[in-house]
Amino acid sequence: MQDEPRPPEILAAVARYLRDIVAPETKGHINFNVRVCANALEMMRRHLEIAPAAEAAELGRLKAMLGMDGDLLALNAELCRRLESGAIDPAAPAVREHLWETTMAKLAVDQPTYWGYRAALAERPPATETQKVQEP
Amino acid sequence: MSELAGLLDELARRRLGGEGISGLARMSAGATQEIWRFNLVKDGAETPLILRRAPGGDRVSESAVGLETEAALIGAAAVKGVPVPSVPWVLTPEDGIGRGFLMGFVEGETLGGRIARGEAFAHTRTFLARQCGEVLARIHTMDPGQFPNLRRLTPAELVAQYRDAYRASGWPRPVFEMTFRWLEDHCPPPPEHARLVHGDFRNGNLMIGPEGIRAVLDWEIAHVADPMEDLGWLCTSSWRFGVVDKPVGGFGEREALWEGYEAAGGAPVNRHHALWWEVYGSMRWGVMCCGMATSFRTTDPNVERAVIARRTSETEVDLMRLLASGSMAA
Repeated sequence: MQDEPRPPEILAAVARYLRDIVAPETKGHINFNVRVCANALEMMRRHLEIAPAAEAAELGRLKAMLGMDGDLLALNAELCRRLESGAIDPAAPAVREHLWETTMAKLAVDQPTYWGYRAALAERPPATETQKVQEP
Repeated sequence: MSELAGLLDELARRRLGGEGISGLARMSAGATQEIWRFNLVKDGAETPLILRRAPGGDRVSESAVGLETEAALIGAAAVKGVPVPSVPWVLTPEDGIGRGFLMGFVEGETLGGRIARGEAFAHTRTFLARQCGEVLARIHTMDPGQFPNLRRLTPAELVAQYRDAYRASGWPRPVFEMTFRWLEDHCPPPPEHARLVHGDFRNGNLMIGPEGIRAVLDWEIAHVADPMEDLGWLCTSSWRFGVVDKPVGGFGEREALWEGYEAAGGAPVNRHHALWWEVYGSMRWGVMCCGMATSFRTTDPNVERAVIARRTSETEVDLMRLLASGSMAA
């Protein structure tokens, strides 16, 4: 077992330092990029906290839906093939629900403040543990 | 003095009748090419100018028209009454600065969030959507015959182009697959009257003042296509900046945009195709974002690229809301 502090805690601390201490000392192009770096570290913190459980759930749904085994990349590629060929109908309730769950878990990591995500959260009652994590 | 500053200083004296330049600084905006700001010193006065250039002389992307054509488009737009910056000089090989052009610096706001939500633009927002329609109508009167190198694309070809770009990214995205199926199944026919379209008319490329649009910027992906493309792109979810109930750039209503367009002489807007062009817009921005992952790994390992690549999922939730929220997807 690796020691504490855990990676998300350290990433959050570095992001805070860049945003609160370094950024005010800079201007222009550098200032912009320092804030981009802080945001990127915050995103990686959320990734480490949210993605493992969300991706395990996604993998379980894909195996059940496609009736085959494989990793996330292979099964997503297979789902894409079947959507493209029409073998799977995206309007089927189970498929639609899978696409929603997967999309919401991605947004919780990538852009939890995006207005379209906030709107989708308000429109869709949280259905799983994954989605409950997304509320700040 | 840096090498670029020296070259611009010489350019100012040789080509622009000035005494030199001052205050050269790189600007943070502009992800695909270099944008610099400097002052032309002439008759003791300083005039701010912008340099847009591709330093190696390379085309910045496959779909870009090239900087010389962009400069010519800006000139042709000005003739039609479109607000654009002046273009005092197009770079030549003898200038030694690469390909590109100088343009007048236009003061104003481009940040979509401030335009959509800022107090300073509260009054502007009451007429800006209509004004966008009027300006687009003028752009769509530009003569495509003047620009034979611009690409001509039907809606089906546009979709195919982005589907290929998405496939080339090598990353499976079921929401995009669903979207491409829908776009193909509901694709509008080739336009009866194709127009010269700006191709990227949205917040970020519009210089805005309290009185409205001061300049339409970034003509690099102009092409000839269905004029609805420009109208739909401005209404794409990605440019709303949190203002959910203002589909036009987070500042206005679709009807105001369309009425302004038609009143200024634009062809009657096909309202039945509006949803299709907004879905197309979200898909297009999504493909542009996911392409950033490739450039991040290959040509430009800038953190900004990586972060934009991970905004692809924003378009996925937009597409889910457009196509999978109710019964409309069928």
